[in-house]
Amino acid sequence: MPEEVKAHITGVVFQVLTKPGDQVRAGDPIIVLESMKMEIPVEAPRAGTVTEVTAKEGETVQEGDTVALLE
Amino acid sequence: MFKTVLVANRGEIARRVLRACRALGVRGVAVYSEADAGWPHVKDADEAVRIGPAPARESYLNIERILEVARVARAEAIHPGYGFLSENWQFARACGETGAAFIGPPWTVIKQMGEKIAARRLMVGAGVPVVPGSEGPVGDLEAAQRTAGAVGFPIMLKAAGGGGGIGMARAVDPAQLAQAFPTAQRRAHAAFGVADLYLERYLEEARHIEVQVFGDHDGTLVHLHERECSIQRRHQKLIEESPAPGLPPEVKRRLVDAAVRGARAVGYVNAGTMEFLVDPAGGFHFLEMNTRLQVEHPVTEEVTGLDLVQAQLRVAAGEALPWKQAEILQRRAAIECRIYAEDPDRNFMPSPGTISALRLPEGEGIRVECGVAEGVTVSVHYDPLLAKVIAWGQDRDEALERMQRALSEFSVEGVKTTLPFHRAVLSSELFKRGQVHTQLVEQGAFNA
Repeated sequence: MPEEVKAHITGVVFQVLTKPGDQVRAGDPIIVLESMKMEIPVEAPRAGTVTEVTAKEGETVQEGDTVALLE
Repeated sequence: MFKTVLVANRGEIARRVLRACRALGVRGVAVYSEADAGWPHVKDADEAVRIGPAPARESYLNIERILEVARVARAEAIHPGYGFLSENWQFARACGETGAAFIGPPWTVIKQMGEKIAARRLMVGAGVPVVPGSEGPVGDLEAAQRTAGAVGFPIMLKAAGGGGGIGMARAVDPAQLAQAFPTAQRRAHAAFGVADLYLERYLEEARHIEVQVFGDHDGTLVHLHERECSIQRRHQKLIEESPAPGLPPEVKRRLVDAAVRGARAVGYVNAGTMEFLVDPAGGFHFLEMNTRLQVEHPVTEEVTGLDLVQAQLRVAAGEALPWKQAEILQRRAAIECRIYAEDPDRNFMPSPGTISALRLPEGEGIRVECGVAEGVTVSVHYDPLLAKVIAWGQDRDEALERMQRALSEFSVEGVKTTLPFHRAVLSSELFKRGQVHTQLVEQGAFNA
């Protein structure tokens, strides 16, 4: 069952750090959001494989939006 | 004096500059992004021009567009405020080339002090002590490890291309340094366009104390005393005050002497700030110079009774500085709290949203510089500063009492703010005793 990685804050996607197939550990940054001049990483909630990154650089995401899927 | 000035900024600082314009009989032109239509700074201006979409690089950082608006509005000068283009030497130079005075120092000085490694060297040459650190840029991790070994851990990695606390990373040992180095390089590149880093010893439990300086075109250069700015998160200030509590007079004297010497060495003109760290033994070390008006300038204004922004306009218009050093006195005490749209319970995470209710403090000894109003939406695109509260008193105790009262009256609904944090700081014994240093917030000294 893939797990949704959700933005914990509203912001603009500053950087996408992962791509489908990447292995990540718990706490690894998946993407970096920019909000109010701060860079805020959205981290993997657990170890796994990234199956999809839905966030695109420059796009605004709202708090609670899914930014990636983890398996 | 100028007839028309364009204010290339937003929020509370744009309102502050527009107010100075009005006081001097100058027509004030505001610019604004799509996100800021209807904001107070737009309504305050004699004329307001929409310059682009919400993202700053398409609006408040769009040099060509701003210069075009200045030309059409016949602005003879441009005030950059702080942040955005205020320390961009290319912008300052471009203003001069298009015939609009840049209200700030000459572009050459902005460039000199913006190159942080060269600025350090300049200060050493002027006899101003700097934090022990690398002589030049550290190009790779190997060089960083070598330098860190020589300087001694803990160290601070900093961007060579610019300051303001952006892209800084602390490392207590070689392993942390190895981890922090690539991230710091990336951040430096993203913020300033150059990945170069340099390295300084991290001074434990030091105080951040800065000196306001002001120069004119006749070569007069004065200081307006110090501001204590140690209450910070993410190397960004939250509270500032003057005089710095408990600063020994001898240290103070040497600090302002060094600040004036350093500013003179670069031929400084207009308002600027020399930032220092003061270590627990009373030694002080130059950090950087901010070649612009500071967020916390009202603290100095309330302490000295002088108007820094009006003076900025006068000096930019070619007038001599209206003050003599001997007449610039710390007449009273003042403190400022920055009210940010951030959640202090979630490690000061940004809290964008719409302001549904706003109640500002007032009364004796209270000054409020507020950029927002009920109904405006605080967007993710800009700095989260909503307002500044400044309290002054005949002494520090009176200023702190007034600030406590003001904070209890102040309320914002719709977004989280730093108000509860400020209330906690103001009621803490540590702060009342003035025993502050830059690590207090991260150490959780003010947590409930």
